[in-house]
Amino acid sequence: MKKRRLVQGNEACAQGGLYAGCDFYAGYPITPATEILEIMAREMPRQGRVFIQMEDEIASISAIIGAAWAGAKTMTATSGPGFSLMQEGIGYAAITETPCVIVDSQRWGPSTGQPTKTSQADLMQARWGTHGDHPVIVLTASGVRDTFEMTVEAFNFAERYRVPVILLLDEVLSHLREDIYWPEPGELEVIDREPPSSPEAFAPFGGHGFLPLGGGKRFNVTGMAHDKQGFVARGAQAAAGLRALMERIEGQTMTMARYSEEIPDDAETLIVAYGITVRAARRAVQLLAAEGLVAGLLELRTLWPFPAELLRGAIQGGQIKRVLVPELNLGQLVLEVERILAGQVPVARLGRVDGYLITPEQIAEAITEQAGPSAESKRQRRAAHATS
Amino acid sequence: MPRVESYLRGEELPHVWCAGCGNGTIVRELIQAVDQLGWSKDEVAVIGGIGCSGRTPFILDFNTMHTTHGRALAFATGVKLARPELHVVVASGDGDASGIGGNHFIHACRRNIDLTLLVFNNGLYGQTGGQLAPTTPMGARTATTRTGNIDPPFDIAQLALAAGASFVARTTTFDNQDQEMKRFIQLALAHRGFSLVEVLCQCPTYFGRMNGLGDPHEMLFHLRDETLPLEELPEVLHRWEEQVRAQTVSLEQAKGMLPEELAGKILTGIFCNEDRPEYTQSYQELQQSLQTHDKQEKAGVA
Ligand SMILES: Cc1ncc(C[n+]2csc(CCOP(=O)(O)OP(=O)(O)O)c2C)c(N)n1
Ligand code: SF4
Ligand SMILES: [Mg+2]
Repeated sequence: MKKRRLVQGNEACAQGGLYAGCDFYAGYPITPATEILEIMAREMPRQGRVFIQMEDEIASISAIIGAAWAGAKTMTATSGPGFSLMQEGIGYAAITETPCVIVDSQRWGPSTGQPTKTSQADLMQARWGTHGDHPVIVLTASGVRDTFEMTVEAFNFAERYRVPVILLLDEVLSHLREDIYWPEPGELEVIDREPPSSPEAFAPFGGHGFLPLGGGKRFNVTGMAHDKQGFVARGAQAAAGLRALMERIEGQTMTMARYSEEIPDDAETLIVAYGITVRAARRAVQLLAAEGLVAGLLELRTLWPFPAELLRGAIQGGQIKRVLVPELNLGQLVLEVERILAGQVPVARLGRVDGYLITPEQIAEAITEQAGPSAESKRQRRAAHATS
Repeated sequence: MPRVESYLRGEELPHVWCAGCGNGTIVRELIQAVDQLGWSKDEVAVIGGIGCSGRTPFILDFNTMHTTHGRALAFATGVKLARPELHVVVASGDGDASGIGGNHFIHACRRNIDLTLLVFNNGLYGQTGGQLAPTTPMGARTATTRTGNIDPPFDIAQLALAAGASFVARTTTFDNQDQEMKRFIQLALAHRGFSLVEVLCQCPTYFGRMNGLGDPHEMLFHLRDETLPLEELPEVLHRWEEQVRAQTVSLEQAKGMLPEELAGKILTGIFCNEDRPEYTQSYQELQQSLQTHDKQEKAGVA
């Protein structure tokens, strides 16, 4: 019998990190991510791992990067204001090819905003928050078990691609409790960075394998543009290094696409959703079906690099007449969807920014509106019928 | 004397520092201190911030990391906790350590984590062209205080003392006859706990030029004249220091005891060298006690 447990999203995230072998955690308290910090503080020292509460989020990201270079699997968790403070460090991690995991449980912003109502407005910041072109991977989750699994996946991607991986949660998912099947040891794949063939052959950048500081080969790590040994690079050499870094991630877009596709053959509407909003979207599909409107759902768990090919595939065949992107912001993922589907199908947005979740009814309504007057009147007739 | 060159990385030479800059002197003394301790290059990590001084890691053949402006101590905290067997040295400028990185500085001192911080204090932001730093003396000219500084400076050594560092020393790049800097760095490296060696050093390119002290030699003499070794302090001042630190007399009373001729001097020497609980060790003890406790609890239940 598989073990079941009633746990909170943040607990699943912390336990997912432990499951993945996180051996160094540094953080600073902030709602709605604090439980992750508290659980790590409780668990890590008794498991022989390192936990430290740093003086701020800049120190937290810096400490996990330092620890990663000392050989640890590392993680930190925060929310908007702290995530903003971490941006310079994230850029440093990106250019130094540092494997590390940063969890951002999103809250309403900007600034202190509405502490602490939910939001999905850090999507673009997660991709572009630090200055300069740079690679990052951004993942998300829509349920508690999913949060556990995606935390493990975040570590796996960080280890495999040597890149900072950002996991976007939100206030509601962080605090949501669900009864889940608890992953057994060995049930989920856990990937560790590979050692180089030999310390002598190891180049710290742009190559294969990973050797920590003090691991037998002395090298330099720097946030300046650098060559494979960590010495300063300029001009064409700097450009080549940056392109190679981007290509390593973007060239693997479909390999790292995590998603679920629930699209019936006769669907005319496609909802593209991610994170907590997926739950309302799934229910909206049922509501619409009851009214004779067939809709499909594409849930994205990998947000960046954006799986454009997947999205194009989902509308292939010409069956899909319209796409709706519901999200808890004023339009972020929808920009990418619009760009990719431009000229093929109309894309509509549904944003909510009062700090509450988008409801299934709102999604259903937006779709009937989009589908035109006939569908709408049909829906109204049914609604009137249901209430009479 | 070891061959200093054998600790330098040929790829990064010549270095980026100006002729007459004080940074090289500090790097040479660091190399000699490590060499005399007999540590292998593999056991040493040097982590730098951003600034002229922050470029130190590039030229040293140790395990090195050049980080972000002000955050070197936070990176180093991660390195040390994840790999306690490494001897971790941090190279920061005065701006890096006490301006943008002031928060990390006081917290690393407070934690008393086993890191050695070398502050290259040239009294301004060298790398960016000689602007005001939190260490710029009153009246000094910088690129952002053209008519003289009105912004009171920090005393970095005193800041470290107040914040809880267990080894604090200050010296200068001048007159290294008795090898004071090397001695201080060696003591700092061997010290278990947070150690600071603040080195007052010359930036002829900006501080010197803007304050009419362009010649590096002249600047070194200036450093000599502006500083006063702790040992040469009159007895009365020693007592004053002790009393203030023990908080047995009011500051008001103590002020009255200050000899006039000491005004404006910067003290050099070892301000503190104490044995106090060190963070990585305390953390390891915490891990062990929790693990023992859990094991016993499990055995008790079974
Ligand atoms: C976040 C950030 N702000 C500003 C800078 C620009 N900057 C580079 S070095 C430096 C000052 C360095 O002064 P100091 O730490 O005293 O070192 P020095 O160059 O004097 O050795 C500044 C402001 C930067 N690199 N990063
Ligand atoms: S600008 Fe000043 S601190 Fe920087 S290298 Fe030149 S002399 Fe040294
Ligand atoms: Mg300086």
